[in-house]
Amino acid sequence: MTDLSTLKSECAGAIEAATDLAALEVARVAALGKKGKVTGLLKTLGGLPEGERREFGARINTLKDELEELIAARRAAIEAKDLDARLAFERADVTLSPRPEQTGALHPITRTIAEICNLFAQMGFKVAEGPHIEDDALNFTALNMPPDHPARQMQDTFYLEGMGSGVEGMGSETGQSDPEPPAQNPKPYVLRTHTSPVQVRAMLKEKPPLRVLAPGRVFRCDSDQTHAPMFHQVEGLVVDEATHMGHLKGTLADFMRAYFNAPNLKLRFRPSYFPFTEPSAEVDIGCDRSDGGLKICEGEDWLEVLGCGMVHPKVLQNCGVDPARYQGYAFGMGVERLAMLKYGIPDLRTFFEADLRWLRHYGFSVLDQ
Amino acid sequence: MKFTLSWLKDHLETDAGAEELAGKMTAIGLEVESLSDPAAALAPFIVARIESAEKHPHADRLKLCKVDTGSAMVAVVCGAPNARTGLKGVFAAPGTVIPASGAALKISGIRGVESRGMLCSARELQLGEDHEGIIELPDDAPVGQSFAAYRGLSDPVFEIRLTPNRPDCFGVRGIARDLAAVGMGRLKPRGANAVTGAFKSPFGIALATDDKTACPYLVGRYFKGLRNGPSPEWLQNRLKAIGQKPISALVDITNYLTIDAARPLHVFDAAKVKGGIRARPAEPGEKILALNGKEYALDPDITVIADHETAHAIAGIMGGMESGCTGTTTEAFLECAYFDPVRTARSGRRLQITSDARTRFERGVDPGFMLEAAGLATKLILDICGGVASELVVAGAPPKVSGAAHLRASRCKTLGGLDVPVLEQKKLLEAIGCTVKDAPGGLDVAFPGWRPDMEGEADCVEEILRLKGYDAIPPVSMPRLQVFAENPFLPAQRRAEAAKRALAARGMLEAVTWSFMPASLAALFGGEGPRLQNPISSDLDVMRKTLLPNLLQAAARNAGRGYPDAALFEAGAVYHGLAPEDQGFCVGGVRAGLARPRHWAEKARAADLFDAKADARAALAAVGAPVAGVQASPGAPGWFHPGRSGVLRLGGAVLGAFGEIHPAILRQLDIRTPACGFELFFDALPSLKETGAARPPVDLPELQPVVRDFAFRMPRDAAAGALVRAVQGASRELIAGVEVFDLYEGEGVPEGSKSLAVEVRIQPRGKSLTEGELEALSEKIIAAASRAAGATLR
Repeated sequence: MTDLSTLKSECAGAIEAATDLAALEVARVAALGKKGKVTGLLKTLGGLPEGERREFGARINTLKDELEELIAARRAAIEAKDLDARLAFERADVTLSPRPEQTGALHPITRTIAEICNLFAQMGFKVAEGPHIEDDALNFTALNMPPDHPARQMQDTFYLEGMGSGVEGMGSETGQSDPEPPAQNPKPYVLRTHTSPVQVRAMLKEKPPLRVLAPGRVFRCDSDQTHAPMFHQVEGLVVDEATHMGHLKGTLADFMRAYFNAPNLKLRFRPSYFPFTEPSAEVDIGCDRSDGGLKICEGEDWLEVLGCGMVHPKVLQNCGVDPARYQGYAFGMGVERLAMLKYGIPDLRTFFEADLRWLRHYGFSVLDQ
Repeated sequence: MKFTLSWLKDHLETDAGAEELAGKMTAIGLEVESLSDPAAALAPFIVARIESAEKHPHADRLKLCKVDTGSAMVAVVCGAPNARTGLKGVFAAPGTVIPASGAALKISGIRGVESRGMLCSARELQLGEDHEGIIELPDDAPVGQSFAAYRGLSDPVFEIRLTPNRPDCFGVRGIARDLAAVGMGRLKPRGANAVTGAFKSPFGIALATDDKTACPYLVGRYFKGLRNGPSPEWLQNRLKAIGQKPISALVDITNYLTIDAARPLHVFDAAKVKGGIRARPAEPGEKILALNGKEYALDPDITVIADHETAHAIAGIMGGMESGCTGTTTEAFLECAYFDPVRTARSGRRLQITSDARTRFERGVDPGFMLEAAGLATKLILDICGGVASELVVAGAPPKVSGAAHLRASRCKTLGGLDVPVLEQKKLLEAIGCTVKDAPGGLDVAFPGWRPDMEGEADCVEEILRLKGYDAIPPVSMPRLQVFAENPFLPAQRRAEAAKRALAARGMLEAVTWSFMPASLAALFGGEGPRLQNPISSDLDVMRKTLLPNLLQAAARNAGRGYPDAALFEAGAVYHGLAPEDQGFCVGGVRAGLARPRHWAEKARAADLFDAKADARAALAAVGAPVAGVQASPGAPGWFHPGRSGVLRLGGAVLGAFGEIHPAILRQLDIRTPACGFELFFDALPSLKETGAARPPVDLPELQPVVRDFAFRMPRDAAAGALVRAVQGASRELIAGVEVFDLYEGEGVPEGSKSLAVEVRIQPRGKSLTEGELEALSEKIIAAASRAAGATLR
């Protein structure tokens, strides 16, 4: 009969002596492995008498359990020690830069158009689009600017050469302020000088009541510090039976105050002239130039921001809308200008230079709301 | 349009000051661009008297003066020969800025004597050329008073920006009329100016235009015994004050009336005109030397004023040099005409001449103000140049340019949003010259001849509101159309927005570049889009057909600034032709330089075609395209690297192209780093169904997937995509994903072959797969790979 307590202290000693997991495993195998000492004792049980076998078997199993507990405790201790050792060794320089993330940005024009459209959407406007190359009739004539109308000189127009139609070109003269439309071309094409042709198309396509918003690129043959040959406009159009100039004032005041987040922003409507509206107005907003900068809302100065008016009866007629029954208003605003004013961007020309530094600085995160 | 306050006051009796008038002009639509007082610089100069003038002890030519400035007695050293006791002159205190030099006057010692101020010459004050002596004022000049005020030099100059609908305000009188209408004073009546002719005009006039509308009305008058010297000071000052150069009395008089009454006139030297004038179309190829010294070739669309031999003036635009009046002119012929606005505008544009006459004729002069204008000119000519005038000669009749309208009493309210009593409506319309009669339900309004822009009822409303002031209209918010607004954006706009966000989220910066590009560059990118007739510059002369060249140029510019690693995209229009259907919408992007920068934790990596492919696919996914069905294949346009680029197809449609940019193009654009790009043709996208907000039911199998790796050897040119599709196709039901995780060519792999390793994710359904079932699936995968891509298991 083996002395179980001797065996226990022997095995326990080996377990306790193990300082790493490999030694512990050796101790475990020596005690509990297939050929281990405790396992060996279990194999002897078969040769014992019934009563003795049960009692001895129970004792061996107790011993086995005790040893397994010891091993588990020892394993935990060794692992804790190993982890401490590893943690004592593992050190990162937290001052190092993390892996770089590329951060992109949306152009301020995208952002500003979205802001404008979303505000007008709350007033029931829907967005429309149209081509940038328009025929003269839609860009001008339908808008009460027949050929030779002096108002055509208000907008320096880009003309396109007829594609393969042998239209007489204008040679190499560039940037002239007073180009002659090619009279011999039956359908002269222009780069739209405003997004108004989109409204013309809307009126030709849909019946009133209409609330249309037309954002997009427009083109003027003009280039200097404050003019770019391409820029963006948002124009609006309302046609129904009852909308009057008071609504125009209310709409634009509501919009400007919301856009500039300035509930007390002052607006001033001045009589002006556009061939496609009657009456026409230019709109100024209050600003303060006293400290050399430009602050919207405060102060006693005025800043012109847009043109507007009641749609000219002839325009309605040209677009298949009965002016005896319907009326409405139209307005147009420059997107870059509104972006410059709101976001403090000083120079129009920089919008189109695709300077990475500028785009990162003035651009908007996709997460911006 | 420029004019002075005193000129305005010729027509407007008012007590209002310049600032007040300017504010009112802007408020009624005559936008004041500037209000300046040229005498403002003279404000600090005062009238002073020399109490005593003695010789300077150390200089013969200088005098020591005691000057009474009204508030003090000041010692001044003066070198002017006319400085003497008792003289009244113009005194500048130390610190005053002298207009001629622009410098502030200092207290200075002159030859040992201190001078505390200066007595000024005319030249120093920029009032003339005289520098021989100091200004001498009359004895009654008030000492201590402002010199400018004493001399009446203060005459503010207004410059207003006129809208093209107001030809009447291209004359000072028209502006005065508008101001009087808004209560800024009283419009002074014009004096009688009919002049009875002393003899019958030896010159006849005639209308010989084919189209009677070109010049329907022509009035003339002959003058004898004239002296055409310099015009009198008042007239010269008027013109000088608005920046015009006085020339001679006859010319100055016509220029004066152009500004004063918006009525251009012409005076011919009668000695240089043969027998009379007529309005006629120019002959083909006819030439004229105009008053600006340039010769112009004319054509029959242009009307001229001619004698029976040659043209002497381009109608409504500019006179001819040959028959212009000079200092020797003694006999002259005055022409006062109505020229058709449209023809005048067209001729002016064709000849590229801008002139004060053209500005007025092309907007429309008042045809009812012809005989009176001729009378005004006649009086001025006789007053200034002497001589005698003939009877008027007249051809044609004034055309009817002014219309009439019925104004409903309620229309100001229903269109303008402002209730205006009918009586007030009438009063305001009459104040601007309309003839107004009461009529049932409103007013019958006849428009004056100087307002050709007024056409209908809306014009009446505008005039009334304009004069009342738009401030009076109460603002009203838009009534709501429905409880919840529909999405205001078009599907195409929503797609563009989604694509932009996807690309920005991938680290790209959105750029907005010109719709134009240089033709020279277009040649490298598949040819020119529509060409501009009048480009802003020769490197922006054609419309773009693709977004990539401008983006690549932008990348090159950024590299030039020291930032070669660019990731830019643009969403915008491209132009293949003039018709609307030939104008498309693209989203394109360019990555140049490093896609991953140098960093301690990972290797730097140049942007390559798979960055571009990922960009393109991300944008497609964002717009809801079925990306799983989009296949890449070779065949990108020639500006891409032929071997490292491809197109993206969905069924038969090419949705876009991606790849590395052709090295030859990079060289041409001076881009020294690798660059890749993509472009998606949004017009080729299938029109996506609005699927609504609901998603399909989610698939969450209970059993864990099994992952198996396969390494295949296959021909180098065989497509990985084909292999992946074949493997996927081995069991649509069980294979949940296939990913290539290794690609190897080189040692160990035979020449012409490559090794591709794929990870296959197998998703058991319902019950676990047995080893045997897995084995069978592997066999199917290997067989499919072999069939589709010639692949063999390594």
